[in-house]
Amino acid sequence: MNAERLKIMLVDQDAGRSAILRQALSDAGHTVVARIEPGRSLLGEVQSCQPDIVIVDMEAPGRDTLEQMREIGRDQPKPIILFSNKRDGEYIRQAVQAGVSAYVVDGLSRERIMPIVEVAIARFREFEALRQELHETKSQLADRKVIDKAKGVLMQRRGLSEDAAYQLLRKAAMDRNLKVAEVARTLLALEGL
Amino acid sequence: MSAALEKRELTLGFIPLTDCAPLVIALEKGWFAKYGLEVRLSRQVSWANIRDKVAVGVLDGAHMLAAMPIATTLGLGEIKQPMVAALSLDLNGNAITVSPDLYQRMAEADPEAAQAQPMTARALARVVAQERGAGRPPMNFAMVFPFSTHHYLLRYWLAAGGIDPDRDTRLLVVPPSYMVECLNMGEIDGYCVGEPWNEQAVAVGVGRTLITDYDIWNNHPEKVFGVTRDWAERHPHTHRAVLMALLEAARWIDQPEHRLEVAEILAREDYVNAPAEVVKMSMTGSFQYQAGAAPRACPDFNVFHRYAANFPWRSHAMWFVTQMYRWGQLEEPRNIREVAEQVYRPDLYREAAHALGLASPAVDYKTEGGHAGPWTLDGPAPIALGADRYADGRCFDPADPVGYLRQFDIHRLRVSLDQLAGLNP
Repeated sequence: MNAERLKIMLVDQDAGRSAILRQALSDAGHTVVARIEPGRSLLGEVQSCQPDIVIVDMEAPGRDTLEQMREIGRDQPKPIILFSNKRDGEYIRQAVQAGVSAYVVDGLSRERIMPIVEVAIARFREFEALRQELHETKSQLADRKVIDKAKGVLMQRRGLSEDAAYQLLRKAAMDRNLKVAEVARTLLALEGL
Repeated sequence: MSAALEKRELTLGFIPLTDCAPLVIALEKGWFAKYGLEVRLSRQVSWANIRDKVAVGVLDGAHMLAAMPIATTLGLGEIKQPMVAALSLDLNGNAITVSPDLYQRMAEADPEAAQAQPMTARALARVVAQERGAGRPPMNFAMVFPFSTHHYLLRYWLAAGGIDPDRDTRLLVVPPSYMVECLNMGEIDGYCVGEPWNEQAVAVGVGRTLITDYDIWNNHPEKVFGVTRDWAERHPHTHRAVLMALLEAARWIDQPEHRLEVAEILAREDYVNAPAEVVKMSMTGSFQYQAGAAPRACPDFNVFHRYAANFPWRSHAMWFVTQMYRWGQLEEPRNIREVAEQVYRPDLYREAAHALGLASPAVDYKTEGGHAGPWTLDGPAPIALGADRYADGRCFDPADPVGYLRQFDIHRLRVSLDQLAGLNP
């Protein structure tokens, strides 16, 4: 995601308001794909346009369609900004705690839109970084298990010490320009383990 | 009674569908007032709005998809907030409809299967295989929300017919009122939705209904009344008053002589805002599968009170959780029974029913799928229950949810069943 130049999808039924937002976002250097009529194949639209961020009117019926993005977009999640100009929005403000979404009350004005977009993206990145970190930690743990198992096989089959078994795996990895865990996985696969 | 209420003025949310009836009738016929409540009903445009506004307190409670309070409690979707469902609003009420063109191809591919009643997905599976053989992209089917009976029962029916919903089809979320138009425009090939959006497609000749949800899981739970757990804890007397008003309304709606009046009230602009004639179709016990054909009897298409319809069975909640696992929405291993106990609250239901002098089931769980017809639940006061069969003939035993999950070849499990079994002894 490039913070300098974002591809933004705008879902708003109010043509006037959407024109103002579009102008503000374009002035800030972003590309806007506006969809005035939400509903129908919003998801298809999201998939074909691949926006970096979606800004959607909370009262748009097509909003439910975006709920699916979380499921489908597991691999490529995107921040969604919801806005509402209903009075009860004061309470909705509290919902900012909700993951990657920012809730905005009293409609969007030209002045307010950019700070909101920036905050939403920052929150989204923070969340993604955490997710990535968790993913890496998990895969490191998995790698260690695989390496230990492969070392065990080598120690048993070739009567090697633990250190010698590891050095053997490491050398094989270096020779082939692979990760140690990949060599270990291949070895275990060949052993049928 | 009203002196004890923690809060008298409530705003409750609903989606314009025929099964918001208990909320509407409790207001219109004065049951909320009878229990000291001043209720304002607030029509919402999407299920996500219902969920979010209840979660942050803009709405006190709402008409919700039966799986929604569970999903929100588990933090699936955008918001994580513990929820409580102490009353089911209705059973059944949805159907699967496809374009006449697709039905025609099904009838050519497998005439016998396309005629059978209730229909399996066998004929559709043949068409899917032909499409794949010809190298064409998967067909698009729509449902109303990721955490809905529509989604789970559509997947259940497809998979039971040998169709892998994730590989062989694309499942999209489409708002109910857009379904008929999308089908007509060819953007989707079929959908699963509540009324009046199946009968509407049949009436205007752009759709052919294949099967009702009733035939996929007899008397499945459909909508519930949901509040946050925090709200329920802070307003126990108010909550009970709401449940009592809804129970009285549901009992009144289920009396056949009141159904036409209910349909007329629901049809009004403030509520479902649809022609009374269209609303009546689904509310009076018959269902038309295709244009020009005579409507078939379907007396249990909309059940609001009989068969203990308002009781929040924890076995129903557990079944929804198994489906969240089956289709990869839930990745974290949990004790499934504990989740059901947190969200579905038959204890609160019983207090309200007891105050009205109504008998309640003495147990919170039952096996699902074992009864092909009406049956009686024994207890201090015997309770008449309806059929609970699944289309594929399987049974769901709440004592062994993981064993149930092991039976399915088609799934998107993201947890290890052995690990899940460890947490569900």
